[in-house]
Amino acid sequence: MVSPAHFVALSVILFVIGGVGVLVRRNALVVFMCVELMLNAANLAFVAFARMHGTLDGQVIAFFVMVVAAAEVVVGLAILTSIFRARRSASVDDASLMKY
Amino acid sequence: MSHSMVLASPAATTTRELAFWILAIIAVVAGLGMVLARRAVHCAVLLAVVMLSLAALYALQGAPFLAFVQVIVYTGAVLMLFLFVLMIVGISAADSIVETIRGQRLAAGVSGIGLLVLLSLVVGHAAIGPASPAKASFGSSNVTGIARLLFTTYVFPFEITSALLITAALGAMVLAHRERTSPKPTQRSLSRQRIAGDHPTPLPGPGTYARHNAVDMPALLPDGSPSELSVSEVLSGGGQMGSPGTTALSAGTSDQENAANAGDA
Repeated sequence: MVSPAHFVALSVILFVIGGVGVLVRRNALVVFMCVELMLNAANLAFVAFARMHGTLDGQVIAFFVMVVAAAEVVVGLAILTSIFRARRSASVDDASLMKY
Repeated sequence: MSHSMVLASPAATTTRELAFWILAIIAVVAGLGMVLARRAVHCAVLLAVVMLSLAALYALQGAPFLAFVQVIVYTGAVLMLFLFVLMIVGISAADSIVETIRGQRLAAGVSGIGLLVLLSLVVGHAAIGPASPAKASFGSSNVTGIARLLFTTYVFPFEITSALLITAALGAMVLAHRERTSPKPTQRSLSRQRIAGDHPTPLPGPGTYARHNAVDMPALLPDGSPSELSVSEVLSGGGQMGSPGTTALSAGTSDQENAANAGDA
């Protein structure tokens, strides 16, 4: 029988994969995708906990996470395109004007 | 109620288990591939795979509404947005292999393993009980249940969400907006520019006189040399231009041989 613990374990694995991706990748777009993967992993845990408790609150929270993620992607990609216009590059290394 | 009865039967339990393992393996493999794939397009496609398998997992967990929202909002809208921006940034943009910070990958891997161990310990120590007995709110009346919660208990966060979405949309418009610094070119100025420039005639189309007419295949000039002008700058600048020389010609000879063999047979 698949218990909620299985789903939480899967969400842990996906969250770690996303976190490593954020640390490793240089392309800002791919970094964003990895953040999305982390948010999705958190959603999976929320849904699993909702199933465990037998209430729908977890599913509602997951729904809110999706909305916030959509808003985050819209603004993040707009920032990305404006950086790309200025620097002709999507690498996170090139947006280092405020470094020193 | 029929849905909850289906969930409880032993055959359905085995099916659910099988579905979980298949989807979990697909999600983890696609997630790993997303981190490891060098091209951003491949990452986007693999992310779509992860999101679709997560949608199926939501449905498995008694969240059909979230499963559909996942497919429509994430795979439909968010990922399409990613692909649009990918087209702007350059489809062939691949990550460089060189590390800009020394030992960064090693450190990232070590901290990833550390995070995995930490979270596994947390999850292992937490008392995660079995799934609660199947209810109608996890099946047929899922949407009404979520709607009831959303418009009673969570009505204030829900309204805040609308403010957030409007702010995000306005912010994206402001960020992506660009003032035109030069006057818009008219038809007159464009044609004047064309006559005065290097190429008054239309540019050659891709694939003319070449082995095939794909958009990345440069046209061949009368002397057999490829014409750079025939391929879009997006492709030739990104190093994606096909080579009509060796591969196409060798493929051509082998094709001819095959045809000759077929004729002999």
